[in-house]
This record gives sequence, structure tokens and C-alpha cells, in this order.
Amino acid sequence: MERTEAELIAAVLAGDSPSFEPLVVKYNPRVFATARRYARRESEIEDIVQEVWLKAFHKLKSFRGEAPFEHWLMRMAVRTCYDFLRGHQRNRESSFSEISEPEEDWLDRFVADPGSAPENADAAKLLIDRVLEKLPPDARLIIQLLEIEDRSVKEIAEITGWSVPLVKVRAFRARGEMRKILSRMTQDKYL
Amino acid sequence: MNPAELHKKLIAAARTKVPDDRVPYAFEKRIMAHIAARTGADQWVYFWTRGLWRAAGACVAVAMVFGVVSLFTPVAPDNGNDLSQDFENTLLASVDPGDVTTP
Repeated sequence: MERTEAELIAAVLAGDSPSFEPLVVKYNPRVFATARRYARRESEIEDIVQEVWLKAFHKLKSFRGEAPFEHWLMRMAVRTCYDFLRGHQRNRESSFSEISEPEEDWLDRFVADPGSAPENADAAKLLIDRVLEKLPPDARLIIQLLEIEDRSVKEIAEITGWSVPLVKVRAFRARGEMRKILSRMTQDKYL
Repeated sequence: MNPAELHKKLIAAARTKVPDDRVPYAFEKRIMAHIAARTGADQWVYFWTRGLWRAAGACVAVAMVFGVVSLFTPVAPDNGNDLSQDFENTLLASVDPGDVTTP
């Protein structure tokens, strides 16, 4: 008979480490999907996921079972991704001169007629990845959670451990940063 | 170009991206191996820490016992020599003027 999550967690806490494996198998896809939003290289993604699971195992005692295990785990995943972003702030100062041809074409189309540049184009997705990479870690996290994943300020406060006013302030700043980056990108290309 | 419009468009582009949830083959085995290795190491650390704390406790107890003993031990009567004189005598004991030979 398959054991429930609560039973598995209780078994792990009682010292039966192998009971942790079914939890890893069940939630690995979600943790990988989250890590892929913040890191690009597969080796980095694997390192983040590994870190998330090791933290989850060692902090399992702090899981009180009031919220679903998945929420607790995803909070840990987002925080680990944030730590990763803070530790890998490279390439942020580089210019936009290295954007690829399809990205340039997409931008040209957007400049000519914003409606004609489709948002589901691969070039647009590459371009937003490039822009997000240039943002400071806290701004990137906020843009990802608030604007892309459409989460509420309260939810973000719970996930990040920041206060609601701090989330609002950081969201305001993040939008400003992003606008600055977009202006710089268009200046690099068209001026 | 309107940066606000571009911002909206790019955010919309990001929303259309479906995050890839592929898991590398046997990744859970790798996690479990790390956990097993760390658990082993943690046990060593646990036993060492427990042993060291016990040793520290014993040392403190011994120090306290000696402290209490020294407090309640009657002090020997003063024989008149002060400590500095005793110290000087001890230090200069090897330099006996009779031993000094002139070449």
C-alpha cells in the first residue's frame, strides 16, 4: 500500500531516510521547473535542485504540516534560486550588442508595429530571458513572481520571507530597473 | 519606441513560456546518495560534539572542585619572606658568586 506524504515525512523524521525518496520522485519535476526559471545551464539547475532537496531533508523538522508539503518545498526552492541569483551576478553589465539575429528581427518588427511582433515567438522569449538576466537578483525574483507567475504581493511575502511593504517597494524598484534596461537596450540598438 | 509597451509585450512572452519539468535520469538516486553520505558525516559530528561537550563539562567540574578546595584550604602562616624575595632567590639561585671563575 502506498504511504501518504504525512506518513513518509513522519518516517523520515523517525530516522528512516529512504522514505524521503518517494517525495523526491514526486516533486522533482516541480522543483526542476522552478529552477529552470532562474538558471539556464543544466549543471547549475541540477545543483540548485540538489541544494533544495538537501535543505528540505535537513530542515524537515521545521515542517509543521499546517500547509501542504508542496508549498513548504516550493518556498524553499524559490529561496534557493534567489541565493543562486545572488551568488551568480555575472554578465549583468554587458551590453545588448550580442543579441541574436532573430531577436533583432523581432525588435525591428516591434518598432515598426508593436502589434505585429508576436509574444509567443521564440525570439521574444530569448529577449526577455536576456533582460531578466540583467536585473539585480531581488528585482528579477519580484518580476518573475509578480508579473510572470502572476502571484499576489501577500503570496510573494510568504514565499520570500519579506514584509508586504518591502515587496511593494521592491516591485516598484524592479519595474523601474526593467524599464531602464529596456531603454538601454533600445538605445544600444537604435541610437 | 514605447518601453512600457515593450515591457508588457516581453512579460506576455515570458508568460507563454511553459517551464520545462524534465528530470535527469535517476536524479533521485543522486539526491539519496548525498543524503546518505551527509547523514553518515552528521552522525560522526554528532558523536564528536557530544563527546567534546561531555569532556568540557567534566573539565569545568574538576576546575570547580579545585577552586572550592583551594578556597577552603587554610593558608600556611606567613614566614616573613615576601613573594618578590622568594622569586629573586629562585631566579638567581644558579648564579652563585663563588662559582664564577676568572680566566
